[in-house]
Amino acid sequence: MSETSHNGTKAVVFEDVSLRYDEHVVLDGLSFELESGATKVLLGVAGSGKTTILKLTLGLTRPDSGRIFVQGQELTAMREKELIPLRGHLGMVFQESALFDSLTVQDNVAFRLHEEKVPEEEIERRVLEALRFVELEHTLELFPAELSGGMRRRVAIARAMISNPEVLLYDSPTAGLDPVTSTTIVELLVKQRDVYKSSALLVTHRLQDAFTMATHYFNPQQNKMAPVPHGWNWDSKTTFLVLKDGKKLFEGDANEIANSNDEYIREYLTL
Amino acid sequence: MAFSLTEYAKGNVLAVQEYSLLSWHAFANLFSQPRYIGDIVQQMDVIGVGSLPIVVLTGFFTGAVLALQTANSLARFGALSFTGQLVSISMVRELGPVLTSLMVAGRNASGMASELGSMQVTEQIDAMRALGTDPTRKLVTPRLTATMFMLFFLTILSDLVGLCGGSAIALLLLRLDLHEYWTSAWQTLRYPDVFMGLIKPVIFGFIIATVGCYYGMTAKGGTQGVGRATTQAVVAASVLILAVDLFITRLLMVVLGPF
Repeated sequence: MSETSHNGTKAVVFEDVSLRYDEHVVLDGLSFELESGATKVLLGVAGSGKTTILKLTLGLTRPDSGRIFVQGQELTAMREKELIPLRGHLGMVFQESALFDSLTVQDNVAFRLHEEKVPEEEIERRVLEALRFVELEHTLELFPAELSGGMRRRVAIARAMISNPEVLLYDSPTAGLDPVTSTTIVELLVKQRDVYKSSALLVTHRLQDAFTMATHYFNPQQNKMAPVPHGWNWDSKTTFLVLKDGKKLFEGDANEIANSNDEYIREYLTL
Repeated sequence: MAFSLTEYAKGNVLAVQEYSLLSWHAFANLFSQPRYIGDIVQQMDVIGVGSLPIVVLTGFFTGAVLALQTANSLARFGALSFTGQLVSISMVRELGPVLTSLMVAGRNASGMASELGSMQVTEQIDAMRALGTDPTRKLVTPRLTATMFMLFFLTILSDLVGLCGGSAIALLLLRLDLHEYWTSAWQTLRYPDVFMGLIKPVIFGFIIATVGCYYGMTAKGGTQGVGRATTQAVVAASVLILAVDLFITRLLMVVLGPF
C-alpha cells in the first residue's frame, strides 16, 4: 500500500471525463470516485464505455476532456513515459486474458518482475505464490494455448496481482465462462479484495457476479468465500455504477440498485 | 466528394505522422536504457539466419542470369571478357542490396506485421503497456536493430553468391577462364561501389522493420485486419525500397562523384 492510500486518497477519480471516437460519443462528462479498498462494479450494455473507463484509468487511452486521478496523481497531465511507473500501482485483467502467446505461464506471470530486474530467486518465489493464489501452480511450463479459457483468466489474474498493485481493473473476467468457472473467478476477486485489501474497478455483464461480490466475504480459515451472515456489521465496500450513452445513470450499493425505480435499470436487472 | 477527399488526405497525413513518430522513437530507444539485448539476438536469428536460404538462392540465380544476359549483349561487341566486371558492378551496387532487401521484406516485413498485428488485436500490446513496458522499445527497436544489422551481412553474402552464380555460367556455358572472370570482377570494384552497395541495405533494413512494425502495431479488426496489415506491409516496404533506391543512388552519385 502506498502512502497516499493510507492517507485516504481516492484510488481513482474521474472528473467530467469525455471521449468520442469520430462521431460516436463514448463518454460524456463522466465523474465518479473509487475509494481506497473499495470495489466499483461498472454495468451497462455493450458499447456503453465500460472497457474504455479501464483503459483511461491505465492511461492506455487519453480523454478528449476532463481529468483522471490515480492514487492522487493526475494521469491526464502526464506524458507516456511518466505513466510507466504509475502503472506499477495498477493491475489489469483483460477480457480475453491477453496473455503473451510466445511465453510460458511462468514467464507471463513474471513479465513485470523481469522488467523490474527483480532477482531470479525472488521472481520464482513470487510467481509460485501468485500461481498458488489462483491454484494453478502446476501450469508453470505450459503455454497459454494449452490452457482452458478459465485457466487463462486465472493466469491473467495472477499476472495482474504479481506486484501487489493497489488498484485492480477487471474487464469482464467471467465473460464466456461456464457458471462453475465463473464462480471460481469471482471467488478469486473476493479473495483478492478481502485478503490484500486492494481497490478494484470491475466491468461485468453478469449481474449475479456483481451481487456475489457485494454479498460475500472471503473466509481464510476455510479458504473459500461465504455469504455474509445476517446481522453481521460488514461492509463489502462494493458499489455499482450504471452507464447509459456515456453518462452515469446510477451510482449506489447493492440494495439501492436492487430497489431502484428507474425503468432502464429495472429492465437491465431483469435481463 | 470534397469531404471524403479531405478525410482521405487527413487519414494519410495522420498515418505518415504515426509512422514517423514510431520510427523516431524506435531509433531513439537505441540510445537509452533499457535495451533488450536478448530480444535483439533472437530477432537476428529469425531475420538473419532464417533468411539465409532465400538470400543465397536469390543471389545465386540473379548472378547467374545476369552473366547470361550480359554475355549475350557483350558477345555482339566481342567483349565477352567483361562479363565478370558487369556482373560484379551490377550485383554489388544494385541487385545485391535491392533483391536481398525485397526478399527479406517479403519474408520479414510480413512476419513482423502479422506477429505484432496478432498481438495488437488480442490486446497483448495493451497488456504490455499495462505491465509498465514500452512496446516500441521491447518489440520494435530489437526488430529494427536486427534487420539493419543482418541485412548488411546478408547483402555481402548475396553479392558473393551472385558472383559465384555468374562464374558458374561463365565456366559452364560461356567457357570463359575463371581466373580472368574473378580478376576482372574484383579489380573493377572501387570503394565508392562497395560503399554504395553497403549503405543501401542499412537504409532498406530500416524501411523493412519500421514499415512491418508500423502496420502490425496499427492493425485493427481481428484476423482479417491482421491479414490486411501483412499484405500492406509487404507492398509498402517493397515499393518504398525501390523508390528510395532511386533517390539514394542518385544522391550517392552526386556525393561520391561520378564513377
